[in-house]
Amino acid sequence: MEFGLSEEQTLLQDSINRYLSEELPLDQVRKIATGDVPDSSVWQGLTELGIPGLLIPEAQGGVGLGYLDAAIVSESLGYHVTPGPFLASAIIAPVALNLAGGQEALLSSIADGSRRVGIAFGEAVGARADAGFTVADGKISGKSLFALDSNADDYLVADADCNLYLVSAADVKRTNLSTVDMTRSTCELVYDNAEATLVSRDVNVFIEALDAGRTMQAADTLGAAQSMLDQAVAYSMQREQFDRLIASFQAVKHMCADMVANLEPCRAMVWYAGHALDELPDEKRLMACHTKAHLQEVGQQVAKTSTEVHGGMGFTDLVGLHYWFKRIGANRQLLGSPEMLREEAARIQGFAA
Amino acid sequence: MDLSFGQEYEEFRAEVRQFVEDNRDKQPKARDYRSEDAVAWQKKLIENGYTLRTIPKEYGGLGAEPDIIKSRIIAEEFGRAQMHTGLAGQGISMLTPILLEMGTEEQRQEFIRPTIVGEMDWCQGYSEPGSGSDLASLSTRAELDGDEWVINGQKIWTSGAHRADWIFCLVRTEPEARKHHGISFLLFKMDTPGIEVRPLVDMTMTPNFNEVFFTDVRVPKHQIVGKRGEGWQVANALLGFERGSLAPPDAAQSRLNALIKIMHQETINGERLIDNPLFRERLMKIQGRVMAMSYNDMRLLSARINKNQDTKLAAMVVKLQGTELRHELEGLAIDVMGEIGLSFGDNPYVRDAGTWQFQYMYYLGLIIGGGTNQIQRNIISERGLGMPREPRAKVK
Repeated sequence: MEFGLSEEQTLLQDSINRYLSEELPLDQVRKIATGDVPDSSVWQGLTELGIPGLLIPEAQGGVGLGYLDAAIVSESLGYHVTPGPFLASAIIAPVALNLAGGQEALLSSIADGSRRVGIAFGEAVGARADAGFTVADGKISGKSLFALDSNADDYLVADADCNLYLVSAADVKRTNLSTVDMTRSTCELVYDNAEATLVSRDVNVFIEALDAGRTMQAADTLGAAQSMLDQAVAYSMQREQFDRLIASFQAVKHMCADMVANLEPCRAMVWYAGHALDELPDEKRLMACHTKAHLQEVGQQVAKTSTEVHGGMGFTDLVGLHYWFKRIGANRQLLGSPEMLREEAARIQGFAA
Repeated sequence: MDLSFGQEYEEFRAEVRQFVEDNRDKQPKARDYRSEDAVAWQKKLIENGYTLRTIPKEYGGLGAEPDIIKSRIIAEEFGRAQMHTGLAGQGISMLTPILLEMGTEEQRQEFIRPTIVGEMDWCQGYSEPGSGSDLASLSTRAELDGDEWVINGQKIWTSGAHRADWIFCLVRTEPEARKHHGISFLLFKMDTPGIEVRPLVDMTMTPNFNEVFFTDVRVPKHQIVGKRGEGWQVANALLGFERGSLAPPDAAQSRLNALIKIMHQETINGERLIDNPLFRERLMKIQGRVMAMSYNDMRLLSARINKNQDTKLAAMVVKLQGTELRHELEGLAIDVMGEIGLSFGDNPYVRDAGTWQFQYMYYLGLIIGGGTNQIQRNIISERGLGMPREPRAKVK
């Protein structure tokens, strides 16, 4: 019995962490967030480490790893508020394209970093009155909101019945939609009789891709929240008031202890959710819903508390803590809010219609 | 990640399952600690290696090698069948491990065998009216007079003192030493002249614990565990043992299942409770938290077996999180039942024998007891995160 990371997994996480610590200091995150440097600068480096092809079979030039491996990578990316299209282009799109079959060429291009595939899942996950589209005879017309990745080459678009289509970015009118999270981009896609290639009519393909995405968002929040906790403790050990380190005040210590108490069990939960996607088909759906929902509640508590421990500095742009705060906030809203996910968890167990 | 226990252990699981099947009707009906059939059941479990497996043969145990996985399998199989897992008083769970670790050979011979079979019942004399969270400030005195300790003072929150045969007790023997270095750990009989036990009724209306008063209680000099002044180290080892066991995730999971059952069976205004979206939302929120604690527990189990990951923080948070979670879980069951949720005692409409209100209050007691959750937060921040202690402030 072994509930934990293997030696290979620990090495993988160490090497990504080392790379990001060296190549992605906060100044670099800032430059990308404010648009001075394109996010492709980081993605290029991550491509050399094999990140876009993590889940892509070796036959298509990928690394062929599992979901738990991907989850620990996602945790590291969250820890370092890493900009780029990991969630869409390294997780959700490859999972769907691989399961659907017949997309070997595109998978190879994702793995070698030459193409980025964004996703537009709004119609299937939470349709809005101000968006929507129709697909007929291989042509798509209408609009998607909050598609992930404003710099993708193609978009994997899900309709209300969870059918999946590929649409080339070159065929759509794309407008960047600013959100609080400046480390990852979202956009509006307007389709005007654009070419839409059917990828899958199998709802299970959509569901597995979505579950994988949600599990990775939970892992990303685990990493981001861990970083905020570490930063709060470090700050409290430097900052003095009333001739004392503020870390010696029980009010501050108890805030930090509460963050640990909430966050530490999340690590095991994320591992188990990753393992369930790999090995436990009966549990994976429930795990994906509960893990994302729970991590977002804990993430929100940690994000708020860590900012408070930093006092006024936490509220400033100087310290840059807000990049983590907003990253966690984005993970909460995108692809299903906690309330929605808990209702889905109830449905999966037959507790709700 | 490998969640299987392997072939050898699955065979062991089959054996345990067979035992459970064969003995389902032989387990004691009453949970009373002192009943004859409870003692007989305890002996049967020890003989078969299903409780206290590792206690050496010479002290009445089976002398099995420590095997965390076997212990886990036993707990799982007995839990699944809701079988009586044997006695677990403070003498068994706390004193016995400490005697094995720090007792003299004579003490082990004298106390362990009768304690583990349930013939010798113990209570724990630690807290005092003036020494709660700051236990080391305790002031019950023991002075040596010839070959006897003479004890004067008072203990409080002493569970089971009204029925215990013996007490293991912290007393101050070196008043001149610094507070952690002046304490000794004594063992003595509860029928010694000078001991008065007054029951203390708690908010569940149960006399779960007592006040114990000592007036010139005379105890043979050799009834000390460890040396004079080393009682604090002995006590700390025991407290470490207690905290991990206060909020087991398995129990939370089984209470969650019972709550889910209630929400499917009970209706209000003709609507099943599970069909009320607000109650369902609260249930799902609690379920997510129970799951996190269960996987945390699996991780801790794995770390104990394989000794290859640092789980210091994961272990430290169990008491704090687990007790708060149980208190909320029991409270949700009360909330969803509305007026019925108030039922207690002999109310004919009471559900599940009144356990929901009882546990709701009991877990508030555990949030306070065993080191308050505020003390837990100090421990997590100081020993877990390396944050400094709060400077002392004196009473003016």
